[in-house]
Amino acid sequence: MNKVTEALLKKVSDWKGDFKGAYNIRENGQCAGRRSSENIRIENKTDGPGLVIHISSAAQGETVYIPACVTRGNVSDLVYNDFYVGEGADVTIVAGCGVHTDNEGEAEHDGIHRFFLEKGAHVLYREKHVGTGSGTGLKKINPVTDMELKENAVMEMDTIQLGGVDDTKRVTKAVLGEGARLVIHERILTDGEERANTDFEVSMDGEDSAVDLISRSVAKDNSYQEYHSRIKGNCRCTGHSECDAILIGNGKVNAAPELFAGDLDASLIHEAAIGKIAGEQIIKLRTLGLTEQEAEQKIVEGFLK
Amino acid sequence: MLTLEGIGWQLDEGEEILRDVSLEIPDGKMTVVTGPNGGGKTSLAKIIAGLAVPTRGKLYLDGEDITEWDITERARHGISYAFQQPVRFKGLSVRDLLEISAEQKLTRGQVCEYLGEVGLCAEEYVDRVVDASLSGGEGKRIEIATVLARKNARIRVFDEPEAGIDLWSFSNLVQVFQRLKQRSGEALLVISHQERILEIADRIVVIADGKVRTAGEREAILPGLLAGEKADRCPQRERSCSE
Repeated sequence: MNKVTEALLKKVSDWKGDFKGAYNIRENGQCAGRRSSENIRIENKTDGPGLVIHISSAAQGETVYIPACVTRGNVSDLVYNDFYVGEGADVTIVAGCGVHTDNEGEAEHDGIHRFFLEKGAHVLYREKHVGTGSGTGLKKINPVTDMELKENAVMEMDTIQLGGVDDTKRVTKAVLGEGARLVIHERILTDGEERANTDFEVSMDGEDSAVDLISRSVAKDNSYQEYHSRIKGNCRCTGHSECDAILIGNGKVNAAPELFAGDLDASLIHEAAIGKIAGEQIIKLRTLGLTEQEAEQKIVEGFLK
Repeated sequence: MLTLEGIGWQLDEGEEILRDVSLEIPDGKMTVVTGPNGGGKTSLAKIIAGLAVPTRGKLYLDGEDITEWDITERARHGISYAFQQPVRFKGLSVRDLLEISAEQKLTRGQVCEYLGEVGLCAEEYVDRVVDASLSGGEGKRIEIATVLARKNARIRVFDEPEAGIDLWSFSNLVQVFQRLKQRSGEALLVISHQERILEIADRIVVIADGKVRTAGEREAILPGLLAGEKADRCPQRERSCSE
């Protein structure tokens, strides 16, 4: 793999020269390294670009890394990765993505990830997106995450994008079976002229399923963010979504949360707040010796932590 | 020592909040500012910390004119301030705030020391986010701890520290002030209505209607103050007021 890929891997997937356990590194649409483990088998998809990852029930406490990097302009990479997680498996999946361009050519990665969690499976899914490089070409990342959770399966999704990506359209969909639980933590920071669009749709179809969706975003300068969420409670279930955004400079955020209760016993809550940093927060930190800029930075860091 | 010389503060709408306030807040002493609500006590504290800019007068810290210094400059020169209403942060933990305040990474033992001073268990609170999930009393105690964690303080200002604090923590707080006031080279200014805090003061300043009504050693001021308070509570007065 090239140096840019290595630098991106460090940022998106805690790369320290190697991965422990199963992994697949994608570089400019090609495989730059792969290893399966006893319990996690990684294969090429036969019907298109991408991978099929089979995680057996015996996988307990293992981590699999599926990062993807675009390291130059004029590359548009599209990949379909399917994860089949066996009954009772307990794994962490790290699927970061970095795009880099040093010229006027666009660098784009579109990753479509589908997850099929069997009964009682538990997945911690970590996804970090960054854009780097001095080129004027746009850096784009468009992740699609599609999840099907069977009985009592648990999926925790931690997704983060902290600057450098000019344009992103993030689509996340989930269908929850009986007793299944989905927790999503999304953190986005946009700067300059960047645009970010996130779209969540969670359908709770199984009794006693639950979703907790927490989105925190900071829109700085002239950046613009759109947030849409739709939580559908089709049975006895609980849903909570929280969308908080901080505006700095001319940042703009359009948040449109939606709740649908299709059952008398569906209990759904939404909380949303958009605004600039409260003046009293800045003042408090200044009384502790920080400048206004340092205080703002601390507040943003804490908010997105 | 902090010196206030002829401080006046007027709102944009013209209302005068402070009028010609002159005071000395000596090092190694605990000065308690008291007086009726709306008399200008909190405004005075804000002017000392730089949160409000006086429309008249000067402030001196150890003889140096600090009137034009902003909040950050004052904090960096040793003026620390505990807010009456604690500020909440989404995302910043108790440890984050204490470390910002102490300007260094803190060990668990150090965090425990600061939180213990205000009656909180470090194990339980160190990773708590300082947001709306904390009760008013918890927030208040953490606010006080952030001021205790300041290094090289030359004056610590506490604005009604007793508000929202339970009895046990309040007793602790009184002990904290007793320890703080013994530190040489450091002045302690507490805004309070509490008799127990007034009782441990070295000096008492009474502010009403934006003016210093009286100021002096505790022994000279407190008896009259308590007698006046008792007179205010006289049933005869209450009857005549309600009539």
